[in-house]
Amino acid sequence: MDFSLTQFLHELWIARVPIAQGLGITVVSAALAIVVGTVLGIGVGLALTYGAAPLRALVRGYTDFIRGTPVLVLVLASYYALGTAGIQLGPFQAGVLALAVFCSSHVGEIVRGALQAIPKGQIEAAKAIGLTFSQTFVSVLMPQAMRQILPTWVNTAAEMVKASTLLSIIGVGDLLLASQEAIARTFMSLPFYLFAGLLYFTINFGIERFGRFVERKTHIPS
Amino acid sequence: MATNILEISNLHKRYGEVEVLKGVDCRMQQGDVVCVIGSSGSGKTTMLRCINMLEEFNDGSIRIDGDEIGYEMRNGTRHRKSEKEVARQRALTGMAFQQFNLFPHMSAAENVMLGLVKVRKMRRDEARTIAEKWLDRVGLLARRDHYPGQLSGGQQQRVAIARAIAMSPRLMLFDEVTSALDPELVNEVLLVIKDLAREGMTMLLVTHEMRFAFEVSNRVIFMNQGRIAEEGDPKDMFVRPQTERLAEFLKNSSFH
Amino acid sequence: MDYALNFAVVWRSFDKLLAGLGLSLLLAVGSIAIGIVIGLVLGFALVSRSGTARRLAGGYVTVIRNTPILLLVLFVYFALPDLGVQLGGIESFVATLAVYSGAYLAEVFRAGLLSVPKGVREAAQAIGMSRMQINASIIAPLMLRNVLPSLGSTVISLFKDTSLAAAIAIPELTFEARKINVESFRVVETWLVASLLYVGTCTVLAALFRRLERRLAIPR
Repeated sequence: MDFSLTQFLHELWIARVPIAQGLGITVVSAALAIVVGTVLGIGVGLALTYGAAPLRALVRGYTDFIRGTPVLVLVLASYYALGTAGIQLGPFQAGVLALAVFCSSHVGEIVRGALQAIPKGQIEAAKAIGLTFSQTFVSVLMPQAMRQILPTWVNTAAEMVKASTLLSIIGVGDLLLASQEAIARTFMSLPFYLFAGLLYFTINFGIERFGRFVERKTHIPS
Repeated sequence: MATNILEISNLHKRYGEVEVLKGVDCRMQQGDVVCVIGSSGSGKTTMLRCINMLEEFNDGSIRIDGDEIGYEMRNGTRHRKSEKEVARQRALTGMAFQQFNLFPHMSAAENVMLGLVKVRKMRRDEARTIAEKWLDRVGLLARRDHYPGQLSGGQQQRVAIARAIAMSPRLMLFDEVTSALDPELVNEVLLVIKDLAREGMTMLLVTHEMRFAFEVSNRVIFMNQGRIAEEGDPKDMFVRPQTERLAEFLKNSSFH
Repeated sequence: MDYALNFAVVWRSFDKLLAGLGLSLLLAVGSIAIGIVIGLVLGFALVSRSGTARRLAGGYVTVIRNTPILLLVLFVYFALPDLGVQLGGIESFVATLAVYSGAYLAEVFRAGLLSVPKGVREAAQAIGMSRMQINASIIAPLMLRNVLPSLGSTVISLFKDTSLAAAIAIPELTFEARKINVESFRVVETWLVASLLYVGTCTVLAALFRRLERRLAIPR
């Protein structure tokens, strides 16, 4: 290496705006993908658990297809293919859409697993006191499912942050792309990559910590 | 004379090819305490679960206070009532389960309150007062804010019974409520049930506890292979069984 | 939508896609093989009595698992040369994916080791077996059976991660698909076929693992 820490910090300072913007794009794209993906995923999970057989088969086909495809392929396909379908989406929207779809397949599995893990006796007890299905779902099933869903969902959220780096491949100005641009200017590959890595690590570590905090708060005393 | 609390006529239920209930009839009046005994596979639990539509039944009718449960005849064909109607009818009965089935994410009081708030549409403070009254009746007022995971099996079952009774059901259904309990915890639950019987609650119990059936019920039904084989006062039936099957059953169970 | 599906173009280049898939599989096999070795070592370290071993292994796993794999791939390929470590494209990717797999497989093996009842080790110790012998002949085989389901899903996941090699121009399946897409403009067909190839391979892998599970299952 033929540069020093002070030189890097100096270059980092010069690049602070694009890097900060890149970080912003990373956070926003991940957050959007998580939110949209989770909403979709809950629908997928509900369909898989309570849907009629044809619906379940259709949704199962969807999730199996998405989960068997690498995220990068989803991102590239979304980027290239949507234009042809007449849907004009910029790289950011196309990328976030791909990530959201990916997220939904995972969240769907998580939700399905959690709902199916609830003992049948719970539904019977709710029926016995005269609750309708929607009352049962809101008061009995979902609260119990949430406790199982939350830790795994937090994992998925962290995966989404990591997957957001793939957007750089289709030209979205996220943290990784901003770092690459800084490197192209300064040739300081090592420190900029390390710095980006540090930022990603911090975000994901923070998400993990948050997840454990939520787990503790929602813990049922026993 | 008022209508029977419970009227079961010609109840039939099939699981695929197998018929588990082959035309069961049963009548109960207010204040009756009826125990249903029999070996596994006799259909006793299935019959109980048909009463609150936890099981669908294929033929026959069940009436609670004259209300036709689950199905109705429309234009000559048998139709299942709507989910909403079935839910409303389920609130006419209360059920306590072998596995208690308390909602683990709610305290004892909240378990008892849920039905009052959601089905009886009470305000939370009203519901809480009633919940605490019933928890007190089963001896667990001190545990009202405990979670099921913090309670013993016997305590959980008593909360489950309070949860069912708080809804003021016309008929209480007990599905082998002591079978999953350690022996030393069985008694506290039986005491609660005896208490309820003394107060005139109409109860239908599926049970293995022969001595309990003998002491508490004014009628015992012995089921065998989907049919009622014998029925009568336990004081007569247990001492002088009319059918060979009942005699065999009594011999093999721990009743003397 | 005025787009007529025309698979002929993709069909003509199908051999290139298959070659790409072959390379993806090779990359996967190479990386996962090394990754399993790393994972086993780390897995044992994570449950070892030595606090230092646990902390070191734990640190490795935490760092890798919280870092995006694309960043790692680019780092090894572009930044390591600054430190004098010059690797060709394929070597660099295999090394990266091996290091990455090691961290995830370590967790899989750790869970597997924890699932072996303590009494089994104690019984073996009582017979007088050495630590090495116990780990190799008793713990590892038992752990392997418990671990097969999550090992299977991790391996499948790592196979899909070989698509990242496209980012450094390695001609595996995703790279080839992108090339065909850009040259032919047959976007939907290209990506559909590429997707199906991945999904198909994952399905086959899943079936193979289930077979392995059944084969190794302890009769009960």
